[in-house]
Amino acid sequence: MAISKRKKAQYRRIAVYVLSVVALLAMVLVVDWGRLQGAMFKWDIVVEQFPDILLSAGKNTLIFTILGFAGGLSFGLLFALMRLSTVRPYRWFAATYIEIFRGIPLLVTLLILGFGIPIATGWRWPNPYLQGAVPLALVASAYMAETIRAGIEAVPKGQMEAARSLGMSYSRAMITIIIPQALRIIVPPLTNEFVLLIKDTSLISVLGVTAGTRDLARFGRDGVNSTANATPLIVAGLVYLAMTVPLTQLVAWMERREKAASR
Amino acid sequence: MNSDVVVNITNLNKSFGDNHVLRGIDLQVQRGEVVCIIGPSGSGKSTLLRCVNMLETPTAGTVVVLGRDLTDIDCDIDEARAHIGMVFQQFNLFPHMTALENVCVAQRKVLKRSADEAAKIAHGLLARVGLVEKDNAYPAQLSGGQQQRVAIARALAMNPDVILFDEATSALDPELVGEVLQVMQSLAQEGMTMLVVTHEMGFAKGVADRVVFMDGGVIVEQGPPSQVISAPVEERTRAFLSSVLNH
Repeated sequence: MAISKRKKAQYRRIAVYVLSVVALLAMVLVVDWGRLQGAMFKWDIVVEQFPDILLSAGKNTLIFTILGFAGGLSFGLLFALMRLSTVRPYRWFAATYIEIFRGIPLLVTLLILGFGIPIATGWRWPNPYLQGAVPLALVASAYMAETIRAGIEAVPKGQMEAARSLGMSYSRAMITIIIPQALRIIVPPLTNEFVLLIKDTSLISVLGVTAGTRDLARFGRDGVNSTANATPLIVAGLVYLAMTVPLTQLVAWMERREKAASR
Repeated sequence: MNSDVVVNITNLNKSFGDNHVLRGIDLQVQRGEVVCIIGPSGSGKSTLLRCVNMLETPTAGTVVVLGRDLTDIDCDIDEARAHIGMVFQQFNLFPHMTALENVCVAQRKVLKRSADEAAKIAHGLLARVGLVEKDNAYPAQLSGGQQQRVAIARALAMNPDVILFDEATSALDPELVGEVLQVMQSLAQEGMTMLVVTHEMGFAKGVADRVVFMDGGVIVEQGPPSQVISAPVEERTRAFLSSVLNH
């Protein structure tokens, strides 16, 4: 007698569960957990990381992120409006800017602006935070410009028409009517952008920075050098997770709510 | 020029690419007059209305509103629009603002009224369109008919010399049409100058001083409703009316 389709699917599901349990068991038995913990999660080294990893490195990562986000949002809004402008040179300038900074890896931009230009010209960054945050903001603004432009374009055309028919100028209508609605639409993608920025700040660790302005990644790397143990980087990774997971969950919640509202 | 002419349209032409939508429209609206524009869809009546406040830029011809030639490059279009109210088919209320804020925002930003004065006027106008205790409701919390009445109050708040109605009841459920038409009728009785694109023949017949029938981008026939609707001369007008009245 032939097995029915649903029966077959049921057997397949059971087989997958069994295989997963076997694989998990094998891992637990084969791996030398004591040695692994000694090399990557040594408790006294974990404890040693605190509180500096939060009060200094974590704080610096947040400062870089917030500066990068604020700068990226302001310039991103500017470039989005330029891309939507009726003035052609504005459109060209914004489009070129966006292409350039989305096309060059952030690491290279960081090295050019943070290292290359100071070495070539003798000019020095007035502040180590700006050295990392300005290149970050320039790249972020290119990405955010496209997000913001999409948000503005998602506001129905009738909104601009209604505002203009009341005698508002184009810029007044943009500021009072269109942009507030566009920002509401793009809160989820902008939050994602913020999460990406948190992680991207780790690239700033390639720049030579003082002990007081080290970000999380640099803090972890220096910790590995001084302890000859991977634990500091693992702890740094966990601190990143503590910052990013709540935000991605927040975005997921906002998107679920949006989906429910539009049903 | 006669100072009682609020809107004076001369030889208006509008093309979208190869599509010649308006083919030489001449139309005058006197102060206090209610003019209904009727006609089949695609006849150009909405485009004509949108040319009156330059939401569409005419290809040729002139649109003079209150003595200002809006097609003149030196015309301050924002200033001119502040005197021309418009009510849209889709209401186009600002969804992030309450009913009161919708009626206040242009008073504040364009007319530079104080917050208190604007709120007082808005509150009065919302009551006038039959919306008491809805000041703090957001558009999403209002029915279509209520939203459209907020939109009318928003237009009235600017003390316009003329209001353009672009199929103001076409997006409404049938049972909500009456409340909006009632507000429009009371405005007409108070002497508001109105240019109304509509499919509501009953409204045109009962309220309009003049009915304009458009087809194919031209004005085919115009006159008092007793003539255009009850005893049309042109064959095209008759054909249109029989198609909308006998179904």
